[in-house]
Amino acid sequence: MKTGNSILSFAAAMVLALVALPVAERAAAAGPSTAGVKTAEVKIDNFSFTPVTLTVKAGMQITWTNADDIPHTVVSEDQAFKSKALDTDDRFTFTASKPGTYSYFCSIHPRMTGKLVVE
Amino acid sequence: MPLQKNRDAILFDHNHDGIDRRGFLKCMAWAGTGALCVLQGGVLKSYSLSNPFGQHKAAQGELSFVQISDSHMGFNKPANPDVVATLRAAVDKINALPVPPEFILHTGDISHLSKPEEFDTVDQILRSARPKDVFFVPGEHDVLEDDGKQYRERYGKNTKGTGWYSFDQKGAHFIGLVNVVNLKAGGLGSLGAEQLEWLEEDTKHLSKSTPVVVFAHMPLWNVYPDWGWGTEDSAQTLSYLKRFGSVTVLNGHIHQIMQKVEGNVTFHTAASTAFPQPHPGAAPSPGPMKLPSEQLRGLLGVTDVNYVRGQHALALIDSTLE
Repeated sequence: MKTGNSILSFAAAMVLALVALPVAERAAAAGPSTAGVKTAEVKIDNFSFTPVTLTVKAGMQITWTNADDIPHTVVSEDQAFKSKALDTDDRFTFTASKPGTYSYFCSIHPRMTGKLVVE
Repeated sequence: MPLQKNRDAILFDHNHDGIDRRGFLKCMAWAGTGALCVLQGGVLKSYSLSNPFGQHKAAQGELSFVQISDSHMGFNKPANPDVVATLRAAVDKINALPVPPEFILHTGDISHLSKPEEFDTVDQILRSARPKDVFFVPGEHDVLEDDGKQYRERYGKNTKGTGWYSFDQKGAHFIGLVNVVNLKAGGLGSLGAEQLEWLEEDTKHLSKSTPVVVFAHMPLWNVYPDWGWGTEDSAQTLSYLKRFGSVTVLNGHIHQIMQKVEGNVTFHTAASTAFPQPHPGAAPSPGPMKLPSEQLRGLLGVTDVNYVRGQHALALIDSTLE
């Protein structure tokens, strides 16, 4: 698990939350800030990632949580991030430090794909 | 899957493990699933071990073996809190066969999370089976962390590549393939160029009258690509097999019995010894299916026999579970 490497003030985090999570993306949850780091969540459920496309600001911490009874993985195609097999309720956290578009998938069930956009 | 709170309320939980006897027996209703395969005059027939009419008891031929699949050792969710007991039940059924099968084929997902103790448990249970030889191919759950290194150390000592191999038994040629590693985003199961080259080489010297049995974890036909139930390069795989008079393809992965005949090739998927999965498209996604008891009987209680005899005397009989 990676941890956040930048500390933002609560106020800055609130501004970021508004900017980073467009309404259309309908993020599963705009998580509360942990130690000042803005977080976002992706839910893994019914063999799919929700939201399927998540847009965040650089420095934000993204957490994937597996709600299925079957293990899944979160692997970016360029190998920028790669989780272990996540059993039920296991979480994987990645801090998005470098802007870009990361296409990722579950390497066990490759039909499951998602996209992380870091601005 | 949501729990059926009222119907499946736990009545007596002596061991505080979330399972009462009624719940355990419910699991056992579809436990011990497997298929007995008998080669008769070059014709492979398959019988469900749970067949209530006991057809398999009379089955004899020059070769018989059993296929089991998807034991998912380590799984402990409500769809089956005791996968040890259901695998043991499968072994009991194998051991009760009047004609002992020559060997067991396990078509993958031996473990749920590729943990050494999960493999150990399966090995220990299978040691009590009368057939001493067990041939494996990996499922995606067996190669989770290390691209299958541990799997190959345990089960693939003399195999090629990621674990493929072939062997001959009583005139039939058996081919174990691996279609669960190096999967690409958005894709299905995959064998890859190296394995396909090997397959072409492995089969080209065989006479076309040789009965061929191919086994792999994911279906080698497109059962339901939306759920990933298929193999990308299956067409090329089959191109090397179509000249043979009798080809049987045995798969697991989808946790239900299905079969299809295409020319001389019969495709068959086995039930899981651990838990059922929904029919293609019958749920939002695949995954463990928790069944209320009366639905379970309705779904599995009717014996559905398919009998197919082709021009080349290829036949495969099966039935759904009781």
